[in-house]
Amino acid sequence: MAQVPGPRRDRMKVDEKIEHPVRMLFRVMKYVLKKYKWLYLLALVCIAAAAVAALMGTLFQKTLVDEYIVPNIGAADPDFAPLLAVLSKLAMIFLAGVIVSYVQQRVLAVISQGSLKTIRDDVFTRMEKLPIKYFDTHSHGSIMSVYTNDVDTLRQLISSSVPEILQTAVTVTITLVSMIAMSGYLTLVSVGMVLVSFFVTARVGASSGKYYAKQQQQLASVNGYIEEMIQGQKVVKVFNHESRAIETFEEKNEELRQSANRANGIANILMPINGNLGHLSYVLVAVVGAILAISGRADLTLGTIVSFLGLNKSFSRPIRQLSAQVNSIVLALAGAKRIFAIIDETPENDEGKVTLVRVSAQDDGSLVEQSERTGRWAWKRVDQAGREELIPMLGDVRFNDVDFEYRENHPILHDIDIYAYPGQKIAFVGSTGAGKTTITNLINRFYDIKDGEILYDGINVKDIKKNDLRHSLGVVLQETNLFTGTVMENIRYGRLDATDEECIEAAKLANADSFIRRLPDGYNTMLKNDGANLSQGQRQLLSISRAAVADPPVLILDEATSSVDTRTEVLVQRGMDSIMKGRTTFVIAHRLSTVRDSDCIMVLEGGRIIERGSHEELLEKRGRYYSLYSNNFSEE
Amino acid sequence: MIKKLWSNVKQYKKSAVMTPVFAMLEVFMETLIPFVAAYLIDEGINGGNGSGDMSSIIKYGCLMVLMAFLSLTFAILAGKLAAKASTGFAANLRSSMYSKIQTYSFANIDKFSTGGLITRLTTDVTNIQQAFQMSTRMAVRAPITLISSLVMCFVINTRISFVFLGAIAVLGIIMVFVVKKVSGIFAEVFKKYDELNTDVQENITAIRVVKSFVREDFENEKFKNASGLLYKVAMRAEKIMALVSPGMMLVIYSLIIAVSWLAAHFIAGGSMTTGELTSLFSYISTVMMSLMMLLGVFAMIIMSLASARRIVEVLDEEPAVKQPDDPVFEVANGDIVFENVGFSYRKGGGDRTLCNIDLHIRSGETVGVIGGTGSGKTSLVNLISRLYDVDEGVVRVGGVDVRKYDIAALRDNVSVVLQKNLLFSGTVLDNLRWGNEHATRQECEAACKAAAADEFIKKLPDGYDTMIEQGGTNVSGGQRQRLCIARALLKKPKILILDDSTSAVDTGTDARIRSAMKDAIPGTTKIIIAQRIGSVKDADRIIVMEDGKINGFDTHENLLKNNAIYREIYDTQMSMGGDFDESPAGKGV
Repeated sequence: MAQVPGPRRDRMKVDEKIEHPVRMLFRVMKYVLKKYKWLYLLALVCIAAAAVAALMGTLFQKTLVDEYIVPNIGAADPDFAPLLAVLSKLAMIFLAGVIVSYVQQRVLAVISQGSLKTIRDDVFTRMEKLPIKYFDTHSHGSIMSVYTNDVDTLRQLISSSVPEILQTAVTVTITLVSMIAMSGYLTLVSVGMVLVSFFVTARVGASSGKYYAKQQQQLASVNGYIEEMIQGQKVVKVFNHESRAIETFEEKNEELRQSANRANGIANILMPINGNLGHLSYVLVAVVGAILAISGRADLTLGTIVSFLGLNKSFSRPIRQLSAQVNSIVLALAGAKRIFAIIDETPENDEGKVTLVRVSAQDDGSLVEQSERTGRWAWKRVDQAGREELIPMLGDVRFNDVDFEYRENHPILHDIDIYAYPGQKIAFVGSTGAGKTTITNLINRFYDIKDGEILYDGINVKDIKKNDLRHSLGVVLQETNLFTGTVMENIRYGRLDATDEECIEAAKLANADSFIRRLPDGYNTMLKNDGANLSQGQRQLLSISRAAVADPPVLILDEATSSVDTRTEVLVQRGMDSIMKGRTTFVIAHRLSTVRDSDCIMVLEGGRIIERGSHEELLEKRGRYYSLYSNNFSEE
Repeated sequence: MIKKLWSNVKQYKKSAVMTPVFAMLEVFMETLIPFVAAYLIDEGINGGNGSGDMSSIIKYGCLMVLMAFLSLTFAILAGKLAAKASTGFAANLRSSMYSKIQTYSFANIDKFSTGGLITRLTTDVTNIQQAFQMSTRMAVRAPITLISSLVMCFVINTRISFVFLGAIAVLGIIMVFVVKKVSGIFAEVFKKYDELNTDVQENITAIRVVKSFVREDFENEKFKNASGLLYKVAMRAEKIMALVSPGMMLVIYSLIIAVSWLAAHFIAGGSMTTGELTSLFSYISTVMMSLMMLLGVFAMIIMSLASARRIVEVLDEEPAVKQPDDPVFEVANGDIVFENVGFSYRKGGGDRTLCNIDLHIRSGETVGVIGGTGSGKTSLVNLISRLYDVDEGVVRVGGVDVRKYDIAALRDNVSVVLQKNLLFSGTVLDNLRWGNEHATRQECEAACKAAAADEFIKKLPDGYDTMIEQGGTNVSGGQRQRLCIARALLKKPKILILDDSTSAVDTGTDARIRSAMKDAIPGTTKIIIAQRIGSVKDADRIIVMEDGKINGFDTHENLLKNNAIYREIYDTQMSMGGDFDESPAGKGV
């Protein structure tokens, strides 16, 4: 793994401040509307229609009494026919309301779940395009939490908060118009109280927001501790460290409890405060209305006041309910910010044009592009005139005066010159941190060099399409990463169209076949948790099989057999040598046995190549390599 | 399950119980306010012979304001208590789970993945906390409103109330149906969700593999399939949930129409007044509101059920390695005996990892273990400190079955340097003191010297006070290994096990560590697992492992003569040379 200097960014660094909340909200909505414009419109129409149906129900109650019941009071022969008629009409309206509401629910479900899927897919797709540097400089926990926490907070925003805001807007507008029509003065009182509500919500919301930020911070701290300790749980056991681990945990846990308590406590009182402000508004309207009515200053009847009181309620209630959503909206926007941060991250750039194609040689020696596997490759370059040129892929890799740094002014590699002729086996040795892995990271362009050039069959690697460049290089890393799936699927990862037989063949080459056959279900054994029940050596054999099935023109082995016993290693090497015959191989190892038979061994020290040559030549030089070797030798 | 969770409310039980009480009082005030409002209208605005009565208005107005304040007070109390109870409950849950996990043996840890345990401790607890807070605040409130409205209905008109009752029954049936249908689907949603997250996690950690093999498109496709499955299952739940609100509306609307029809007849017959009808309508809307609330709580509880189940799973897990009833605390010496031992990671499936192991390692002996990848070396030594328990046979340390020891006492005396070893965030000294809390600086330095770590630690920016990052990522593999050895030495164990602990250390340093240890802890039984012959050849005896069995157990010389496998390993290594990484002369990092 590349050693990237500098502090890792803190896991879930709490930066809850959102610069432009409204703009963020619009961006989320734009995301939703992009795909579901018409469905969302349909949902809105449904919301409005359902509100109208509900309103008709309320209005009906008034006419019911006045027009259909009162005339019948005391009547000897009450006539219920008109009532029946109006009730059936109402039933129809209600039924329509029910249907509309069902449609609304279904449509909103499709929109919210669909948008979540789109966002997840987009974040993932973007993530896959990010350069290695991003993963080296961001803690994996914080990237994970975008998927586990942040996307979820958006669901509520899309499926409930936003529709509720719109529903509130519809209801409030309708009631406001009716209120103004009834009495301007009373409307002023009503609106005034709602403004007070807004003010209080903003104030309380701000302070609870502060506490929520604190809570998130503590939560991150507890999560971080849990993550570290659970990962090291086996070490904890071995050292009887359980009680001390619990002690520290309890401290952090208590801190989290306190700040969570404060944050939730404040958030919980927001709704009752607004609710009681509603009551206050009720009283005020009644009193003011009464005064106005008594003094005769306005044309107010009892009926109007009673109706107005009802309207006042339906005016302030939705606004109140909306205030309960403030916190979840804030949380969602904070999540949205982190989601868009990934989406906005600059993807890996790729200005390369040269592609890798399979070819076969004609009788006259010229190359012809093929679609099947031929065992031969060529670089295809199209010049400005559109002429295609096929350059045979040989595996000639050169570094010319390459300098590299991860961070500005912290050079890692200086003046690296390497010539790997086609078919050669080039080894890198040197102490940890000397820059061995970094060199391989540059060949496949996980990182870009600062100065100098890397030529691949005479082509600057920058001009090669990244995907094609990487297709041409098989890489086996010391840190094995296996995926959830069967052993077979893991091997096939190297080449997706490989048959079972080819996978087994590769496993045999890597000497993994015998242990795989001893697994409970052989090649169909499910691997979970990065192959948890396999030994490190077995995992390495599997990742070698994976690279072997890929059949790459050039192979990079970065400490690929470090945990494999030497006897097995010899067999693996023999297998790999047979498929890499005539192809270039780069090897990094600290075992002499792994590098000894290389064509050229580079000894790296402090980011420079200090010696190079074959095993014998280096021994003759009696330099650094010799001292390393003789040091080992005297040991044995 | 509920009982198990409830027992974790502990010291917050009072708050948890008082929350609904205050919520009830708040509801009480809230229902009274419209009552008083009616008086305000009837006596105030409508009173004074229709011209209004200012004093009544002010009287009832003040009363209402007072009641609003009372209601607010109760609400604040309820809110605060709910926060206290729910966050306290969550803290207790985390604490219980974390303590429980500490009792887990290796087998338990293997069973739950690390990621799984972390999610349970974090996301799942948060879900429960929210559901708990909602339930204490709303679950009592809503039914009470429901019942009080129902009672008021009966007071107004018994016959119409039966219609009311019927409607509520229908609503209840709908809810039970939905809960039953949906909770199963939600469990599936969570499963799919877990799978999706595993996928993401693997992609993040294996990003170099993904990019090397140019599998971005493949991974995108895989992810889209997984997220598509999640979408499908979630939609199945949503489809049912979408029925709830319209279903409720249907019932309520039917109720309104039925009540209107019946009331018209009753009023015409004189058995009911128009005022009462208005009240009835308002109660219908109250019922509707409280049902909505109840539904919200239900939805939350359903969603948190899956979380609850996952939490209880952690709490209910039986530690595979149990403390004996009458434990032995003294470990007499470092004598180790294996008697016909058999062991398998997967109980009842697959091949046995170890079988028919018979072994006697004498106290103070240095024993090397060598063998092919997957031959069972690590499994063998893991049985000594009871990191796993044997399936058959007996392992004895100091003449006593390891299962009879106090676990802590056994592990204090059997120090293991694991193959996959970790350092924790903290200073170098902090990490060393894992071995012995009370170790002085001198003792720490002595241990580091024995582990050949002293030299490089002194070169670190702050020496022994240098901060180590999580997992020990800011020191090299070889340095990490040496720190881990020093940490294990500080325990002053009777048995020290090094499980391939010097694989990243160059041979020279490796040799120095071995000879330093010989001097530092001469009486300690030492078991050294290694790949290199050089690391084990001067041990008193060497165990050769092959396919979970002991192939040979003798001195280097005898093995060379009599053991084919050992000789083969020796030959390959001698002919190929040793290995080198950081030499003592090297700059290190």
